Amino acid sequence: MKIRTDHQRFRQIIRGKIREDLRKFLTRGELLGREGKRIISIPVRGIDIPHFRYGDNSDAGVGSGEGKPGDPVDGDGEGLGPGGTQEGHHITEVEVSLDELADILGEELQLPRIKPRGKHRITAERDRYSGIRQSGPESLRHFRRTFRRALRRQLISGAYDPENPRIIFERRDKLYRSWKTVLQPQSNAVIVYMMDVSGSMGDEQKELVRLEAFWIDAWLRRNYQGIESRYIVHDVRAAEVDRETFYHLREDGGTRISSAFRCSRELLENNYPAQEWNIYLFHFSDGDNSSESDSRECCKILTEHLLPACNMFGYCQVASAYGSGNFINVLHEHLSDQEDVITTRVNTKDDIYDSIKAFFSKGK
Amino acid sequence: MPAVLSKEISEWAARMAEHARAEGLDFYDTIFEVLSYDEINQVAAYGGFPQRYPHWRFGMEFERLRKQHTYGLGKIYEMVINNDPCYAYLLADNPLVDQKTVIAHVYAHSDFFKNNVWFSQANRRMMDEMANHATRLRRYVERYGIEEVEQFIDTCLSLENLIDAHSQFMRRQAERKQPPPDKREKPKLTRYPAKAYMDRYINPADALAAEERQLREAAQYSAGKMPASPWRDVLLFLLENAPLEDWQADVLATIREEAYYFAPQGQTKIMNEGWASYWHSTIMTNYGLNDAELITYCEHHSGTLATSPGRLNPYKLGIELLRDIEQRWNTGRYGLEYDRCDHMEERRNWGQDRAPEGRVVGRGSPGREKIFEVRRIYNDVTFLDEFLTPEFVDEQKLYHYRYDPATGRMVVVSRDFERIKKQLLFMLTNHAQPFIYVHDGNYRNRGELYLGQKHVGVDLDIKYATETLKALQRLWGRPVHLQAIIDDAPLLFSYDGEQSTQQHIDDAIEAPANVIEK
Repeated sequence: MKIRTDHQRFRQIIRGKIREDLRKFLTRGELLGREGKRIISIPVRGIDIPHFRYGDNSDAGVGSGEGKPGDPVDGDGEGLGPGGTQEGHHITEVEVSLDELADILGEELQLPRIKPRGKHRITAERDRYSGIRQSGPESLRHFRRTFRRALRRQLISGAYDPENPRIIFERRDKLYRSWKTVLQPQSNAVIVYMMDVSGSMGDEQKELVRLEAFWIDAWLRRNYQGIESRYIVHDVRAAEVDRETFYHLREDGGTRISSAFRCSRELLENNYPAQEWNIYLFHFSDGDNSSESDSRECCKILTEHLLPACNMFGYCQVASAYGSGNFINVLHEHLSDQEDVITTRVNTKDDIYDSIKAFFSKGK
Repeated sequence: MPAVLSKEISEWAARMAEHARAEGLDFYDTIFEVLSYDEINQVAAYGGFPQRYPHWRFGMEFERLRKQHTYGLGKIYEMVINNDPCYAYLLADNPLVDQKTVIAHVYAHSDFFKNNVWFSQANRRMMDEMANHATRLRRYVERYGIEEVEQFIDTCLSLENLIDAHSQFMRRQAERKQPPPDKREKPKLTRYPAKAYMDRYINPADALAAEERQLREAAQYSAGKMPASPWRDVLLFLLENAPLEDWQADVLATIREEAYYFAPQGQTKIMNEGWASYWHSTIMTNYGLNDAELITYCEHHSGTLATSPGRLNPYKLGIELLRDIEQRWNTGRYGLEYDRCDHMEERRNWGQDRAPEGRVVGRGSPGREKIFEVRRIYNDVTFLDEFLTPEFVDEQKLYHYRYDPATGRMVVVSRDFERIKKQLLFMLTNHAQPFIYVHDGNYRNRGELYLGQKHVGVDLDIKYATETLKALQRLWGRPVHLQAIIDDAPLLFSYDGEQSTQQHIDDAIEAPANVIEK
């Protein structure tokens, strides 16, 4: 389609890749919205070309409906704006669930669906709207069927007047959609997040990790019904922590990445047998490992224990002011033949898109 | 791209056309195409056309439409292009009853395009013209690069609304063009006939010299005045006077042409949609429906006409007002006698007992004839100005609302007829865009551009105005100024290419060639 070119260009402007001059006209929202209650408000992003236009004191209009002077007008207060509804309202806040958000992400980055491996372990309950019943909430009322019943009743009772075909529902006419609970096999996955919390990882780096992890989470949750997340932090020693601690813990000291790998190996062997779980490992670090020998040790653990068990190992190196950032090169050198190892560099928030794309574009 | 029209739909299209013609509609040949969701979103993003020049804002619109559709926030039922022949698009997955409704709706739009006087100047070959624009601008992109061309388009789009929709009906400017006065030519002086020896007393030399000076000054003044009077079509002024490269002038002319093409659609939104809804409703309920389709039709029709608080639905307002007019003219509720009657009861029952001879409803009735006349000569502003009545406002439960700073919400302020009417007319006049005129194209004799806002009670948005001035300056090259009234005080906004300034207008500031009345 021809519009793809325009669309691509728009996306590139939005991401700040081109046309710096349009930056200040961007109407952009939070990348990471509310995560509580699994509802997120995602604005549709736009670019607002300036025009000569009226200012705030034109905020008035004409509406129709009930209400006394002084009553608030519900809704968005949009009257018959310029040109009907065509222009002037570029931001539409849309309430979407986390699933939908993940779909947007998937579509945006053209990510393939993940093909789960292994056995389907457990069965899960799901609701399917497949039936009709006499009672239920009004929101599930089946309009056509209800209408038909009311019409039939009125015809039979002689209350139907073809000249004035008014159909009035009674309680007994109403039919509602109903659902059945069905059991479905599902495959499960576990994500193990490992993060370097040594002194060189600052708040800025942690923010990048947090965003990256949020999107990883969103995408994998979209692809698996049952998912578990485990968190491991390390400096020279590694420990499993809860989610809260993972993002906020700050340690000092050196870095021994192998400690984290050993820790996750233990975790997997004890809790997540490879034939029953889809296993995802992600490691975030600034890549400043303490010694070459430890880096080699890491590669050894990976090839011998972790890689055979997991779907993929993602290494995401965030830029930091300190250190060599050499670990990514070590991985490239030793594990270039392993296609389950994917490495990315994230220097700014904008790189997160590409990083996510790199991780999941193989559909594993 | 478009799927072949199914036999069923093309048959229905022919039948609907027959019914529409029998009812008196007079439309262009109309070509229907069936499109998928993605295709229809693309066409909609392109403003209804299958081809446009490359620009990101079409992509932005596409994304918005697609998201809207994906999350069930809205879907496009119908789209039709003002062109001869008319093109209209049907959504592939819609049930037949929807397609029939859309077909009937589209014929009425096509009739409106063809007969409404505000469309009389529109280009009816716009389909081809848009494709030509696309080709030409693509060529510029190839030659000068996307960055440069796109940036220039953005600049032009910033000023897109500075046109004069009424100017399409005016011819006088072109005819009034005069050759520039020759400076060496002596102005004609008042000489009284006199004998040679009396001449220097009857036509004294110093009087002649004074007159000559006066005439020269006047001529110089009017010649130097550019434009000769405040000039509303800012885009045309720029096109003729700004230092543009050929390709830039062509791009600007393209944007201007497209803005003029879309202008009448903005001017007649309520009437056009009302007219189309009136006819799809009339045709569908009389001829188009079978029993099984009735409920689906009703549901969708009422969905189209739904109102929600704080929002005015042009479809609803249009169809109700047309029906009101039809009803009024069928019962004789117009004219001096009716207007003067202030007896509520009598007004309510007007026409019940004294129905004119041969009164009918529907085809051939005086009411029906009246609305055909209305669709021919009115636009939204004149339509509401002429036909909005207190009874109608009451019946439709219209109210005037306003932002309340205390609660931060929109609140109902009044149900007073005059206020509602005033607000409606304000929102429709000039498309709710400010009135901006060129007052001087050679301000301070330094080639600076001086624009002025005709203040109609509402101030400009300062932030936007400042940014828009920058776009204007990019086209003009020299410093630009905008005079506007903010909080009852005249202000001068300026941008000289580097710095934005604003200052209060007092006597120290030189007036433009065409002074702005306060």
